[in-house]
Amino acid sequence: MENTIKENILTLKDVCISYTPGQNAVNMVTADIQKGLITSIMGPSGCGKSTLLRAINRMHELYPGITITGDIKLNNKDILKMNAIEVRRMAGMVFQRPNPFPTLSIYDNVIAGYTLNGIKKTKDEKDEIVENSLKNVALWDEVKDVLQKKGTFLSGGQQQRLCIARALALKPDILLMDEPTSALDPIATNRIEELLVELKKEVTIVIVTHNMSQAARISDYSMFMYLGDLIEYDTTKKMFTNPQDKRTEEYLTGKFG
Amino acid sequence: MNTFTYRKIKNASLYVLVCLFAGLTAVPLFAILGQVLIKGWRQLIVSDFFVKSTPTTLDALIALRSGEIIPGGIANGIVGTILMVLMATFIAIPIGIFAGIYLAEYKTSKYASIIRFLTDLLQGVPSIVVGVVAFIWVVIPLKSYSALAGSAALTVMMLPLIIRSTEETMKMIPNTMKEAGLALGTSYPIVILRVMLPSAFGGIFTGVLLAVSRVIGETAPLMLTALGSTMIQWDVTRPNSAVSLLIWEFYNDPNLQSLVWSASLFLLIFVLTLNIIAKQIAKKWRIQ
Amino acid sequence: MSDKAFKTLLWFAASIILIITGGMLYSLTSGAIPAFKQFGFFEFLSSSEWNPTEGSEKYGALAFIIGTIITSILGILFCLPFSLPVALFIGEYFKGKKIASLLGTIVDLLAGIPSIVYGLWGFYALRPIIMSLGLSPQGFGILTASPVLGIMIIPYAASLSAEFIRMVPNDLKEGAYSMGATRAEVIQHIILPISGSGIFSSYILALGRALGETMAVTMLIGNANGIPNSIFDTGNTMASIIANQFGEAYGLKLSSLIAVGLLLFLITAIINFIGKLIIKRNNL
Ligand SMILES: Nc1ncnc2c1ncn2[C@@H]1O[C@H](COP(=O)(O)OP(=O)(O)OP(=O)(O)O)[C@@H](O)[C@H]1O
Ligand SMILES: [Mg+2]
Repeated sequence: MENTIKENILTLKDVCISYTPGQNAVNMVTADIQKGLITSIMGPSGCGKSTLLRAINRMHELYPGITITGDIKLNNKDILKMNAIEVRRMAGMVFQRPNPFPTLSIYDNVIAGYTLNGIKKTKDEKDEIVENSLKNVALWDEVKDVLQKKGTFLSGGQQQRLCIARALALKPDILLMDEPTSALDPIATNRIEELLVELKKEVTIVIVTHNMSQAARISDYSMFMYLGDLIEYDTTKKMFTNPQDKRTEEYLTGKFG
Repeated sequence: MNTFTYRKIKNASLYVLVCLFAGLTAVPLFAILGQVLIKGWRQLIVSDFFVKSTPTTLDALIALRSGEIIPGGIANGIVGTILMVLMATFIAIPIGIFAGIYLAEYKTSKYASIIRFLTDLLQGVPSIVVGVVAFIWVVIPLKSYSALAGSAALTVMMLPLIIRSTEETMKMIPNTMKEAGLALGTSYPIVILRVMLPSAFGGIFTGVLLAVSRVIGETAPLMLTALGSTMIQWDVTRPNSAVSLLIWEFYNDPNLQSLVWSASLFLLIFVLTLNIIAKQIAKKWRIQ
Repeated sequence: MSDKAFKTLLWFAASIILIITGGMLYSLTSGAIPAFKQFGFFEFLSSSEWNPTEGSEKYGALAFIIGTIITSILGILFCLPFSLPVALFIGEYFKGKKIASLLGTIVDLLAGIPSIVYGLWGFYALRPIIMSLGLSPQGFGILTASPVLGIMIIPYAASLSAEFIRMVPNDLKEGAYSMGATRAEVIQHIILPISGSGIFSSYILALGRALGETMAVTMLIGNANGIPNSIFDTGNTMASIIANQFGEAYGLKLSSLIAVGLLLFLITAIINFIGKLIIKRNNL
């Protein structure tokens, strides 16, 4: 890794996020995330992983009372000062539970980002987006004959891939994933992992995971968070073989969490 | 008798009593349906029952004397009912749905909990009181009884039902649905209107149907607001009739009493069908 | 549409409820004030005179308040032996079974029948029975109105009670069964004590319904303006006096009827509030 030219796509500087005043759920996190790689965020339950990830997508705004300080820059633009809608188009998000829109067909789910946003596309353009996005997530062959069926008819793993396709259809710069495989069985999980490694060519990925071997398998860089602090951030290889902090080591060896 | 047998007998008797009395509850339903059906079907199938207006007492008396079926029907009532219920529905649906969304979206806000409380309160207000209020609000300023006043009363009665069913259904939609929509860069109104609302359609539709079926047979508030009309009346600023009002008139006029059953039968079929459809939808569609 | 505009729209729709309820209270109160001014508020409540003779007009609501209370409570008493078994049937004995949902549908349909049709049925089916029993010469009166009222509120009392009975945790019941209790004993010692306050609140809410029920009562109660002497007597409820006399009323009489409406509004609001409060208290 050391030899590649680093290009940062996302930079976090002194990011603090709190639900209740005076109590930081995320505390002074500073990190640069590199383009075209997979970065995983690990840490025990409640350490602020989701909180941090969701802030990058400005999801925190949905809930009143959350305050956020510091800088979050995506492509050198301060996302906290931008229009939330623009931010969310640049940063796609995939959730823990697959959540295709229940009233829409598979086809309409994939292009939902366009139709809901009122972006006009011709039939051919739409067909192309749907096909490409579904091929990207290796779902095309499985669903190409049932595109007009409701997305909720698919299996959990297929639904999650559909949700990834939905996010990819908008051509985001970065894909934020919050434990995307924790609701899936091992086989479906495996497929998604393979998929993510493939997707690196197209999009930068930040993934929150509780599954350490998953992080070890697919991510290039890893972060370890503890009680809101970013304890350690390094190449996955280094973190798993030679952790610098005692807490990281204890977590990775299963002493707590 | 030892306690064991006593306990067994007690257990069995409770079972029998519960089943017996629960079963007896069905009796009034079938008694009412039966009576209305037996006494009302003949008049109902007369072809002009739905197209002719109420007969005068005199016409009815002449027909009764010669043993014929009373001429005329309830067309004026049907028109009035449709007019008033439609107006009320069209006003209550948008207000009710938006207010319901507000309550679902601002679960913890103080103002929302006040509105929620008032919605419950409004739902408990007796229909006659709603009639009195609609009289004060619409009949007095317009200086005339009118379909407008009647539909104002019905709107007030429908609102709480639509609001609460919208709120309940919207609350059942997982929050991640909203987040998924927003994460695609969709604006808040679009997410609510095009992602959340369609998912809640079944529940809201059921609420609307139940609200319609609740007000369609209302009589008391209409007596104070629409008053009644012997002819078909399309002008919403004039007094108007309703099927339920006709039942009341027929009941009070000795010569028209045989019409009471057919009008009731018509109303019952309407209301009960609506009820059954609403329940069916509620079961099937619930939340997607 | 901007977020702000949309949120304002939602807020405005919700505020219409505030406007309606506030406006209701305001209009009823201001409509009632002439009567209260003329007769005095407490005098209006405590007088049972209803005298429309011009020159010596005098109106008081006591007779109708009493009529309403007696009719409704009697209605609840008639409702109880049916709605409680229905609730046990749906919420315990046949919980989740087809037959329970069938009974549930029947009870729901009972709620769908318009009040005026209940009135007709009471008039043609129940009144002759009351007459033949010699309970009342014309067959009208409180005793004719309240059973019909009782049937009308079965759905409200039963469906909510069933809900509370259904919610009694299974492990508690199993605990009792494991010690050899019969089902009757489980109901007596576990289910009813636990769901008791919930069931009580269902009857409070059903009472709220009964108080304001108009058409059926108007058609059956006999419409007499004095305080009923007994449950065999005729009378009037607050709702029925409004339904009967509103049409031709003006001036002081109209104001007095609106005042009766205001009282009815307040009483049902309080009763409903108490019912909801009990439910909330028990966190059900
Ligand atoms: N909506 C909320 N309101 C108040 N506090 C919250 C809220 N959501 C999370 N928190 C708190 O913020 C801290 C971080 O939570 P967060 O959900 O980010 O943790 P996490 O690392 O994602 O945990 P998990 O692995 O369980 O998903 C926790 O202490 C949590 O209690
Ligand atoms: Mg999390």
